[in-house]
Amino acid sequence: MKRNVNIKSMKYEDFNDNEYIEQMLKELRDNGTNVIVGCLDSVIEWGRSNSLWPLTFATSCCGIEFMAIGAARYDFARFGFEVARASPRQADFIMVAGTITYKMAPVLKRLYDQMADPKYVVATGGCAISGGPFKKSYHVVCGVDKILPVDVYIPGCPPRPEAMLYGLMQLQRKVKAQRFLGGINKGISEKEYERLMTADINKENGKDDYDESGLA
Amino acid sequence: MALEPSSQWSDAGDGMLTVPVQSFRKVAEHLKNDAGFDYLRSLTGVDWGEDGLGCVYHLENTATGENIALRTSSTARENAALPSVHDLWKGADLNEREAYDYLGIKFIGHPDLRRLYLRDDWKGYPLRKDYDPSWNGIPEDNEETNDDAPSYEVTGDGSFILKRHPLFEDDEYVINIGPQHPATHGVLRFRVSLEGEIIRKLDVHCGYIHRGIEKMCESMTYPQTLGLTDRLDYLGAMQNRHALCMCIEKAMGLQVSDRIQYIRTIMDELQRIDSHLLFASCLAQDMGALEVFFLGFRDREKVLDILEQTTGGRLIQTYNTIGGVQADIHPDFVKKTKAFISYMRPKLEEYHEIFTGNVIAQTRLKGTGVLSREDAISFGATGGTGRASGWACDVRKRHPYGVYDKVDFKEITFTEGDCFARYMVRMKEIEESMNIIEQLIDSIPEGEYQMKVRPLIKLPEGSWYSAVEGSRGEFGVYLESRGDKSPYRLKFRSTGLPLVSCIDTITRGAKIADLIAIGGTLDYVVPDIDR
Repeated sequence: MKRNVNIKSMKYEDFNDNEYIEQMLKELRDNGTNVIVGCLDSVIEWGRSNSLWPLTFATSCCGIEFMAIGAARYDFARFGFEVARASPRQADFIMVAGTITYKMAPVLKRLYDQMADPKYVVATGGCAISGGPFKKSYHVVCGVDKILPVDVYIPGCPPRPEAMLYGLMQLQRKVKAQRFLGGINKGISEKEYERLMTADINKENGKDDYDESGLA
Repeated sequence: MALEPSSQWSDAGDGMLTVPVQSFRKVAEHLKNDAGFDYLRSLTGVDWGEDGLGCVYHLENTATGENIALRTSSTARENAALPSVHDLWKGADLNEREAYDYLGIKFIGHPDLRRLYLRDDWKGYPLRKDYDPSWNGIPEDNEETNDDAPSYEVTGDGSFILKRHPLFEDDEYVINIGPQHPATHGVLRFRVSLEGEIIRKLDVHCGYIHRGIEKMCESMTYPQTLGLTDRLDYLGAMQNRHALCMCIEKAMGLQVSDRIQYIRTIMDELQRIDSHLLFASCLAQDMGALEVFFLGFRDREKVLDILEQTTGGRLIQTYNTIGGVQADIHPDFVKKTKAFISYMRPKLEEYHEIFTGNVIAQTRLKGTGVLSREDAISFGATGGTGRASGWACDVRKRHPYGVYDKVDFKEITFTEGDCFARYMVRMKEIEESMNIIEQLIDSIPEGEYQMKVRPLIKLPEGSWYSAVEGSRGEFGVYLESRGDKSPYRLKFRSTGLPLVSCIDTITRGAKIADLIAIGGTLDYVVPDIDR
């Protein structure tokens, strides 16, 4: 079954990196797809890619441009991103808009962990990509990919709203290329979950965060 | 100086009085209580190497406009200690914590000497010249909340005693707001002790976006340091950069042409309109009035269009340079700016109709979060916040720069000091900014837009302080040079730090829901606080 990554907002040939996405599709297609599951998948991906909800998260300058694409002139509601959620539990992707510092890094990691699968990370601006102008600082994480898996990078300092929209469309294409059933939403078994939870509790440091019964 | 014979006056740069540490407290008390220096403009911790660790204090007498700069230092590097002045100037509270965080100077008598920006488990003091960045890495664990406030006392034989006081009692109900919260305007964190919904105490945690700009500047050449100023308070990018350029030009003894002064002044005012529009949008959005958010951004885009045409940047313009501006104004600049002003004047009415007059906005803003004039001065809360409390603190009037002495504009002040006054100050300032631009836009003189400056700039030895009226208060630059091509110490007086230091005072007794309105009207930008 043929899969496509066309999104309605922009023509396929207008994107700059089609080889990359074709490569990705080829890998996905290699094993073939069941017709019924495949069709169901397409419907689900269509729905998901058209309603990606961002987390309201911004640390610095890029956050203002993030607000600008939420406002009337650039209006990302046209593409289904308008429902910015303040809670990570309800968000589909986190747009890391701004510098991430050492003090913020564990907090960001925690926010990411709190998001429900499937989840995506968009690194916005020079700081989130590589540390940007603050690369030599003693307190700046040089690239958010050191702590989170990043799906889309949007360069700029700060990126123009158009660039942000382009990046978000790339995320839409990525979502469309994925397989929801049996793929990204596999989840983990109950046993694995239990193991992870106990590992966390029995960690060497910070034991006193939890009570001894392990019920915390 | 008559009071303290052992102090020395030095003329390098702006001039500075060096006071020995033993008599510093006496001099400070005299300056505050008898000589009327009631406003601490800036407090900078500096590592002077063999001369020890110390601080530079910039003081102003708000009644007479007199200024003085003091410095004092302690030669013991491991146990550097200075007397605290937090009880003389409330603004010194967070500033001393900053100096402790940067340099490890113990302020004797300070009641709460925790680190301000860095985590409690941070090793070393980053602004010391012998700090090694490899001492610290990306932490993997979440930060432990430490509610003990350490304070240092000195005993008769010169040793220190560390005392700890709990910030919150065990039976207090403390909630955590931030660092990820949509109404904190960035990554600021509050710990709030509540009784019902009444705020009893508030503790601010900064540093989630501390980027170490001041340390980075020490290893950059002067033109390179300019780029970082735009990213401090990105809603005052023009003004911040203007301040640093002014400071370096002052140190070089360079007089820029009238054309440059005019362009810079107009750009500063456009930036101010942009910032105040964003202020109104965000305040309204935080309070649940989403429509004003769209209005603000609609009009703000018009300003950005004008800025972008000339500077090439929307938010970060990187426009001012040492001795000029990056490029001459666009041929359409004058026409577009005039068109914008005639567009904006009637549009402002729309904000007043929809938001200012709204009964919910009025009830939530009027009478909440009152900051008295004395407190505003003591905290150094400048900008719209200070003017709403009746303190005429506009740097454009106090220390005119650019061409502000040639234009006629009103300094908007209110006396109420509440959230509504802070909101109205900024709305009225948009009108004043438009008045200023109108007076200047037709008479931009001919001339060069960039003076001839060598690419490698070396400043003479000395120290300088320049300030501009940023979008949200006095933005100052303290520059200390030892004759090299990069600064020995470059400190940015944050406009936002005094604003968060007074938030505890003005929220006590307020409802927790008012915190959102108070935070919104204080109008701080977090990367500017944390630097």
